[in-house]
Amino acid sequence: MRDVRDALFVARNSDDKLISRPLSPHLQVYRWPLSMALSISHRVTGVGLAIGTLLMTWWLVAAAVSDDAFAQVQWFLGTPLGILLLLGWSAALFFHFFTGLRHLAWDAGYGFDKPWYERSGWAVIAATIVATLLLWIIGFAVW
Amino acid sequence: MANFTLPSNSRIGLGKDWKAPAGAKRVREFRIYRWSPDDGQNPRTDTYEVDLDTCGPMVLDALIKIKNEIDPTLTFRRSCREGICGSCAMNIDGGNTLACLKPIEEVTGAVRITPLPHMPVVKDLVPDLSQIYAQLRSIDPWLKTDSPAPPDAERLQSREERAELDGLWECILCFCCSTACPSYWWNGDRYLGPAVLLQAYRWIADSRDERTGERLDSLEDPFKLYRCHTIMNCTDTCPKGLNPAKAIGAIKQLIVERQV
Repeated sequence: MRDVRDALFVARNSDDKLISRPLSPHLQVYRWPLSMALSISHRVTGVGLAIGTLLMTWWLVAAAVSDDAFAQVQWFLGTPLGILLLLGWSAALFFHFFTGLRHLAWDAGYGFDKPWYERSGWAVIAATIVATLLLWIIGFAVW
Repeated sequence: MANFTLPSNSRIGLGKDWKAPAGAKRVREFRIYRWSPDDGQNPRTDTYEVDLDTCGPMVLDALIKIKNEIDPTLTFRRSCREGICGSCAMNIDGGNTLACLKPIEEVTGAVRITPLPHMPVVKDLVPDLSQIYAQLRSIDPWLKTDSPAPPDAERLQSREERAELDGLWECILCFCCSTACPSYWWNGDRYLGPAVLLQAYRWIADSRDERTGERLDSLEDPFKLYRCHTIMNCTDTCPKGLNPAKAIGAIKQLIVERQV
């Protein structure tokens, strides 16, 4: 679909010659507020979770196939790369969950005012770190 | 569509340096976006050194001083110099605001100034606002009624009804918020953006307006309204301290409420 704004980039200069106007800088100059960073992270972690689900699917399918296949997955998830992937996946899950709660509050009409959306942003970050750490401490203790 | 880089004709080169006069003690650098339709060149950044001892406190004071005393070709919009006309909206130090309300002392280091983001540039700091004005026109920003007006009085409101408009009527249409919104950057051809949606809500919330349903119908659109993803840049940047994100949330809620 054509962008109707394209027409606004065509102009005439002082000599009545047709010229094209520049687009003013956006991402190149904008200073990111916390909420903007959290917003795009919510999307990125959403995509990451979908990809991470493949890992879980592999694990479940392997369990259904054979002992060998399952052992192979278990071995892979125990390697430094596997642990890193699981760590990233669990942190993404918590982050996406907590930012999701924040969106839910907004959709219900709460938390739009100035100190609150910033505070809820920091709270999401803190909750993600705490929940991820707790999960892994419990995980290693049980293991 | 989302294009995260600037087109080749919009990449910014280095421009001229304008040194402060000898003997200036409190010198501050202003790095200002320049583009002229007449020289066939890409935009550039000119650096002006301004002596703050002979300059007013606001960024607009510095811009006027530069235009008056250093470089008369510098082009920007300004009028009231007290935050009520909305003309001098621009990106200062990475955030959209009014140059007349932004103290120079709030910026550390060089003061970087560019036009409102992701807009066609007319010249220097002047963006083309035609698209956003057309979008404002599209929401019919005026009182619409079917009932005849009382013959002996205005259409009255209770104090509570009038209070519903607080935080909405104060908008001066500077468009700092719309041009701070990444959704508006990428989808501004069809997404109305925070400023226009706040205006839309200003008439939806008005107890005297009788076309609320019609207004909600016209906004119920995946692009016009629902490109808002609560990024909050609008509320974060508004130089008048208003809350467009909250107004948009209220519109979304009203649309849901009338369906249940």
